[in-house]
Amino acid sequence: MKQSQQNDTSPYRLLKRNLRSWVIIVSITPLILISCIILYQFKTSYYEKVEDHLEELIWKHKQNIDGFLRDKLSDIQTLAKSYTLEEMSHESFLQDRLHILQQSYGRVFVDLGVINAEGIQIAYAGPFKLGRAKYSEAEWFKKALKTEYYKSDVFLGLRGFPHFIIAVKETWKGEEWILRATIDFVAFNNLVQEIRVGETGFAFILNNEGQFQTKPLREIRPDRAPYTEFLGYDEKARDKIHIVERKDDSGNENIYVAAFLKHGDWLLVYQQGASDAFSDFKNALRVALVIILIAGISILTTAFVLSRRIVGLIAQADQEKEMMNEQIVETGKLASVGELASGIAHEINNPVAIMVEEAGWIEDLLEEEEFREGKNLEEFRRALKQINTQGKRCKEITHKLLSFARKTDSIIQDVNINEMMEEIIALSAQRARYANVTIHSDFKTDMPSLRVSQSELQQVFLNLINNALDAMGKDGGRIDIKTRVRGNNVLVGVDDNGQGIAAGNLNRIFDPFYTTKPVGKGTGLGLSICYGIIKKLGGEIKVSSTKGVGTKFRVYIPISGEREKESDGKDSDISEPFD
Amino acid sequence: MNAPFVLLVDDEVPFVETMTKRLTKRNLRVIMAFSGQEALEKLTKNRNLDVVILDVKMPGMDGIETLSEIKKSYPLTEVIMLTGHATVESAIEGMKAGAFDYLMKPCDLEQLMVKVGEATKKKRDHEDKIREAQVKEAISDHGV
Repeated sequence: MKQSQQNDTSPYRLLKRNLRSWVIIVSITPLILISCIILYQFKTSYYEKVEDHLEELIWKHKQNIDGFLRDKLSDIQTLAKSYTLEEMSHESFLQDRLHILQQSYGRVFVDLGVINAEGIQIAYAGPFKLGRAKYSEAEWFKKALKTEYYKSDVFLGLRGFPHFIIAVKETWKGEEWILRATIDFVAFNNLVQEIRVGETGFAFILNNEGQFQTKPLREIRPDRAPYTEFLGYDEKARDKIHIVERKDDSGNENIYVAAFLKHGDWLLVYQQGASDAFSDFKNALRVALVIILIAGISILTTAFVLSRRIVGLIAQADQEKEMMNEQIVETGKLASVGELASGIAHEINNPVAIMVEEAGWIEDLLEEEEFREGKNLEEFRRALKQINTQGKRCKEITHKLLSFARKTDSIIQDVNINEMMEEIIALSAQRARYANVTIHSDFKTDMPSLRVSQSELQQVFLNLINNALDAMGKDGGRIDIKTRVRGNNVLVGVDDNGQGIAAGNLNRIFDPFYTTKPVGKGTGLGLSICYGIIKKLGGEIKVSSTKGVGTKFRVYIPISGEREKESDGKDSDISEPFD
Repeated sequence: MNAPFVLLVDDEVPFVETMTKRLTKRNLRVIMAFSGQEALEKLTKNRNLDVVILDVKMPGMDGIETLSEIKKSYPLTEVIMLTGHATVESAIEGMKAGAFDYLMKPCDLEQLMVKVGEATKKKRDHEDKIREAQVKEAISDHGV
């Protein structure tokens, strides 16, 4: 039994595993594929978008800064062109010009100076005392003399603080002179430092030698890649904007955007931590991962629960099918036994009839004169009477057997089950009183009437009640009779609290000739007749019993026109509660 | 009243013989037949039979068939069915076909005697009525 049970469960386990695997594969695979594809697409387009945005930002600032420098240059050029060297040589005049410039542009212009061809400053306007300073050796002076104008890198100069200068060469009466303006580094620095995006984005400017032209927000090593890489670009590449992604020294991924300013002299670098630049994407990724995780967990849970439930249902269905098969075999067995029994009964009936008649004949003969005086006359009479009695007993048995097996019915009529049960209880009342048993009835009102043979149905329930009474010990007991409607069936329950039926005997009680009563007390036909009658009606009779607790019979009878047809209601479990 | 004249029909020879003896002992005139066919032959020879005791289950021509034949040819003769079945349906069928009554085998002899007596009385009353009617008819015909 245990062996077979183990064999039974293994295909279910396999089925469960297959079901589970399929559910998981079919659900998780598309989930992961879709997530990966969408996330990849989103990442690509989002990165492009961010890079485009940064490129545009830097492009704009490049133009801004270039424009700023150009403007300042043209301001100084205009100033140099508008006035003669003579006029400009007067410090007060120069002071006025500086004042006007400062009025219109703020404190961008720090000071102005006029330098002659020998590099000596002949006039100065500004906050510093730089009168007659010599610039003949200064880099910017040499460059400005060679070209029309010059914009210097940022340097500390004579004054000791960072600044850069714009110098414009002009000629007056054949004599070259230079107008020099100092541009406030702070103002310029602000222009660059304004470029701030997110938490880590900032910008700065390097010159060709890799020296800072503006103050970077963070510590930067300009002699490292990728700055050196940018500075290594040739003329052609310097017109474009470059975007690269690199890891910095501390291992963080950064985006670098580089653009050249001032005709390739300066490099504007914008840099931002990749995690900051793509923070939106990172957030989306995080949310997506959480969703995928939750979905994965729910798929797993569903797969496990679903497979277990489905396999459970299949196992239950299989079990029910097996039970049904058993019942069919049982029914077939009963039917064949019934047929056999009826054949035997028929064959026995005639010899018994003859025997009884012969005995009767002897009895008749005993009445003759010659036997009247026989000394054994009484003994003869007793023996003959015994033959007669036993013959009747045989007749009773064969008649019961035949009624179990008979095919057609007597009178079919409308039967009110409640009224009928009342009558049966009244019939049994006398016996019940002697047996010290109380019969309790619990009838549902408005029960539908049944189209059956009343005598047959009476036989069924009389049998059940008689059995229940027989099952009681000397202390008596209690019988509960209930009527209900179950689906398309009338359900009658006969419950007793007698000695119960042993589990091993339970599946034999409907077999003909099976009895536990003492010899001569029962024929073993009562329940098989009940079974035959109820089956013929298309109904069902079920039994459950616990040794020492009692026995429950459930009789299901189809209400109308449902004969020989399975209908719902009676397939329910015997252990179900009545209400 | 003359002793009832009875035909006992059953395929079980010992049963018929013993029964005949017992019934004869109880002052009945009994003749025997062991099949439906034989019963009909006996009837043609003995037109004054009062009652036929007929077993339902016989090989060949069965009780119900025999009964309907009897009722067709000799409507006045009463028939008591003997049935081995506990079922009533064959008996009911017999009653519908015109049987006087039915008894279950093995039957109580005294009960059978009573039934035979009743059947004979019914048959003879019937005959008397017919005879009376015939007499009346004869009288009216001849205009006495």
